[in-house]
Amino acid sequence: MSDYDPVEVTPLHADELARAEADALAAISSAADLDELKQVRLAHAGDRSPIALANREIGALPPAARAEAGKRIGSARKAIGQALAVRQTELEAERDARVLVEETVDVTLPWDRAPRGARHPLTTLQERIADCFVAMGYEVAEGPELEAEWFNFDALNIAPDHPARSDHDTFFVESVKSGKVLRTQTSPVQIRALLERPLPVYVISPGKVFRTDELDATHTPVFHQVEGLAIDKGLTMAHLKGTLDRFAEVMFGEGITTRFRPNYFPFTEPSAEMDLRCFVCRGASSLPGNPPCRTCKSEGWIEWGGCGMVNPRVLIACGVDPSVYSGFAFGMGIERTLMFRHNAEDMRDMVEGDIRFTLPFGMEV
Amino acid sequence: MKVPLSWLREYVDLPPVTAHEIADKLTAAGLKLEAIASHGHDLKNVVVGQVIEIEELTGFKKPIRHCLVDVGEAEPREIVCGATNFAVGAVVPVALPGAVLPGGFEIASRKTYGRLSDGMICSEAELGIAESSPGILLLPADTPLGTDVVGLLGLRDDVLELEITPDCGYALSIRGVAREAATAFGVPFRDPAALELPVAEGVTHPAEIGDPTACDRFVLRAVSGFDPAAESPLWMRVRLTRAGMRPVSLAVDVTNYVMLELGQPLHAFDRNTVQGGIVVRRAQPGERLETLDHVTRELAEDDILITDDSGVIGLAGTMGGLSTEISATTTDIVIEAAHFSATGVARMSRRHNLVSEASKRFERGVDRELPLAASWRAVQLLTELGGGVAEPGVTHAQADVAPVSITIPSGHPARVAGVPYSRQTVVARLLQVGCRVVDGVAEAAEGGRGVAATGVVTSGDLAAKLAVTGDDLITVYPPSWRPDLTDPNDLAEEVIRLEGYDALPSTLPGAPAGAGLTETQRLRRRVGRALALSGYVEVLSYPFIGARDLDHLQLPADDARRRATRLVNPLSEDEPYMRTTLLPGLLKTLVRNVGRGFTDLALFETGLVYRPGADAPETAPILTVERRPTDEELAVLTAALPEQPVRVAAVLAGEFERSGWWGQGRAATWADAIEAARVIAREAGVSLDIRADQHEPWHPGRCAALYAGDVLVGHAGELHPRVVEAYGLPRRTAAMELELSRLAAPAPAQTPSISAYPVATQDVALIVPADTPVASVEAALVDGAGDLLESVRLFDVYEGAQAGEGNKSLAYTLRFRAPDRTLTADEIAAARDAAVETAAAQVGARLRGV
Repeated sequence: MSDYDPVEVTPLHADELARAEADALAAISSAADLDELKQVRLAHAGDRSPIALANREIGALPPAARAEAGKRIGSARKAIGQALAVRQTELEAERDARVLVEETVDVTLPWDRAPRGARHPLTTLQERIADCFVAMGYEVAEGPELEAEWFNFDALNIAPDHPARSDHDTFFVESVKSGKVLRTQTSPVQIRALLERPLPVYVISPGKVFRTDELDATHTPVFHQVEGLAIDKGLTMAHLKGTLDRFAEVMFGEGITTRFRPNYFPFTEPSAEMDLRCFVCRGASSLPGNPPCRTCKSEGWIEWGGCGMVNPRVLIACGVDPSVYSGFAFGMGIERTLMFRHNAEDMRDMVEGDIRFTLPFGMEV
Repeated sequence: MKVPLSWLREYVDLPPVTAHEIADKLTAAGLKLEAIASHGHDLKNVVVGQVIEIEELTGFKKPIRHCLVDVGEAEPREIVCGATNFAVGAVVPVALPGAVLPGGFEIASRKTYGRLSDGMICSEAELGIAESSPGILLLPADTPLGTDVVGLLGLRDDVLELEITPDCGYALSIRGVAREAATAFGVPFRDPAALELPVAEGVTHPAEIGDPTACDRFVLRAVSGFDPAAESPLWMRVRLTRAGMRPVSLAVDVTNYVMLELGQPLHAFDRNTVQGGIVVRRAQPGERLETLDHVTRELAEDDILITDDSGVIGLAGTMGGLSTEISATTTDIVIEAAHFSATGVARMSRRHNLVSEASKRFERGVDRELPLAASWRAVQLLTELGGGVAEPGVTHAQADVAPVSITIPSGHPARVAGVPYSRQTVVARLLQVGCRVVDGVAEAAEGGRGVAATGVVTSGDLAAKLAVTGDDLITVYPPSWRPDLTDPNDLAEEVIRLEGYDALPSTLPGAPAGAGLTETQRLRRRVGRALALSGYVEVLSYPFIGARDLDHLQLPADDARRRATRLVNPLSEDEPYMRTTLLPGLLKTLVRNVGRGFTDLALFETGLVYRPGADAPETAPILTVERRPTDEELAVLTAALPEQPVRVAAVLAGEFERSGWWGQGRAATWADAIEAARVIAREAGVSLDIRADQHEPWHPGRCAALYAGDVLVGHAGELHPRVVEAYGLPRRTAAMELELSRLAAPAPAQTPSISAYPVATQDVALIVPADTPVASVEAALVDGAGDLLESVRLFDVYEGAQAGEGNKSLAYTLRFRAPDRTLTADEIAAARDAAVETAAAQVGARLRGV
């Protein structure tokens, strides 16, 4: 045990400590900004503050007095510390309020600095259609646009004298006898799929096709189709109808009304046309006494696309045995689908590349 | 096909339903409604009257009559009329005040030409039964006065316009539509062709079939003493008009009327102009014919001709010749009713660009059993309406034709439909179609094939492949009016359509799991998305180009892009080629947008280009369809087609970053074009190697060749000023074109190891000769810096005096980091120095200020 100075230590007097604390609290509350508070912190809570100095004197006290003095100092320190923190928060809030107000900008200023792009709705619609069928287990098949006549016509049971094979409908390449045409439909991809893929085959084939129509509001010589083909054991027309009903729902929403009616195509037998209830008049225009409808020509229905059970002759041309396999095929116009789905009225808008047409469609259609 | 319902109802007892209900049923059976035209429904208050007094009014520009007309009322009515083709006593239709004529024209009592006009005397046109008429319609003198004209003349009618598919030739007749309507409503059908034919005595006129593949039945009947002045009765003219044909003369109208009713095209000759016996044969070289339309036609060798001793007198089933035409003085008429080859007529009609009502029907298939009945019906009408006498003989030349039969299991239609149909249903439906059905397999019939449709296959490998086997076989003989029924599935369709397509259930097949999109397909989507997100707008331009485009692009004479595929029948002779580059379409679209007031443009297109091989075979042969082609045969087809790779191209002009309140924007440059290529390459997981190049249509000093490894994948940069001028593009338009097919699908990315140790940054400024490509400087730095280099970034290029004449200064930031430790100052300095030394060695770089 060492000796200690029995002399009283002034800074540790209760009165002194109370005064130091009161001084500190007064200084803290009168600090006007964060800089002043910093000074106050230094003066009243720093290493050289009265409280810190007093703390250093504790050792000089008789052991019995130390605990008492320590308690008093601790309490003073705590009070000062809390007051500093409170004031710090108050002053920061004041500063923030002031500074942030000063930094206010006009957030309504335009910012169209970076160019805006978009994908063509005919492209994204083809993708959406592909997604619909990929979800059903189909794969996407592709083929050339400049195609051999055999693929585009013969293998599809379109006889050599069929009117579609004249140069009134079909673009011929190099010479009318070259055996090469711009494909008039995506159906040749059916043939390629059957020749190239193992059975069963479930493919969808969106793409560009060509017919010698002049461009007007409802025709374009270059347009897009989606072809579907399913060849498996035991496929029936009921499966075809179910598939197209599902497709129509995905494209146009639940509650779309469809109609299946007999039609004729060389490459399917039986053949059908898939009609949709007119979006505009809902069929009302076809009844007597109602105003006419431009969209469906008052027929009440709109043709969406052709379909049917793949003609066994087509299967034979592809080396598929029709006594074992059967299946269906369908083909829908992408432009028509876009017209119905998005109220596009003029085919010319789709081909001219005016950015005002494409931009609103963004990344997805 | 336009079908007046009054005509249809003559042969089928339709219930009292609306035209729409009939049309709906026919549509469901495959005869699709195009339009309904209603006639006479609002026509009222038109009665029969007799003119009892006529006063000619004078002093007007045209003749005007004031008439007194007895319409069966107590007092005659005063009516002013401008027509003069009637006399006192004429019986005429009179529209009374309150009447409404077609087109909503209301008749009222009014003062005109100074007189009261209390009604209107009507012409055929005014009653809506002819397109134009020279004067008032004169009615038979014994018509009761006051009778309602609408009922009297059958003016109230609905006409269904039906779209007839090419396989349904039979439905191009009232007879065919009536049969379908009867089936659809389940009511009896009276066949208008079921006529009792007189026993013929002798031959009308000598005729023979020279080529049974061109014509397998040829019938002639004759009428003599016909009154050439006889007119067609009103009812016939009304029906013809409503069915879409113009009344011409009684002889012609009768042939048209019978054709519309039965579906058998007929031809009428003036008997006195036919010289000698008639022969039906194919054309010989050099033959020609002047047809009814006064066109002299050079005939081709497989044209089917009607000939006599004088030569060719008609194109079979297409158009008659001028020399044997019925004239205003013809009294002796020969009616021809024949069965010609459908494909033969189709070819002829297309070759001569001659589509007639007859050729339309022959092309689609006419009932082979009709000629005797149809010709008799025509003779009956001609004698009834035009006087004259039916000659007792008939000429009937024909070739033997075996009936077509198809054997199927009775369950076949159900298997195709996915719906159970009883055997009874199947047989009943086939009988409704007109088929004969017998149990089991029938013996193949003997006989020739005549002009059978190309679809008929009776023997050989294909027949075996098409045959459907199974239990409970039935053999079906399609009726003569259905030459389209040749295959088992044709019969299935008949059963299914008559049972109703709407009755088919809707079931999804259980497709096996698919593999999803291919890597290439996914890449194409990503590329489109990435370019759009970079500010490019996608366009889909036509793939047609002209020689002018290739010139505009400044392509040299030997440029491979000049080897383009030519279309035989382009839409425009200015653009007869298939594109070999995507740029022309994009550039023209850019110009169009500029023309519409948009100056800041960035466009892209993804699509095929067509690149014919230099030594590709000229023709792609037409292969067999009776079996799968061999791989060798398919390879020949593939070789004949041009390469069709997928390309992406972009063009941009104006500001790529726009000016605004924030300050100056940034013009689109060659660098953006190259960056577009990098965007694409990034999606493909490829780092592009950019090399300076000179390649049209780019500016020779601002053109980059784009390489993926050693493979050239495209070009990018600023366009040549001459290209800009040729297309009228904005100055400094930049472009990029890249062949996506040449970017291999990316390998899956490998996860990098992430070092948490601190980065060390070193800046170096290098002086190099001004023409040194920056890419090679960077490559040298990377090469020299070693594994510790994390990244290198060029942050300044300076070509001022301080770099020295002919030099440039490149300032780089090099970032170093080790995977396992904090780098020491020595390590960092060593790596940096190594980088600089390599740059010095490879491209002659030296540190700036050293």
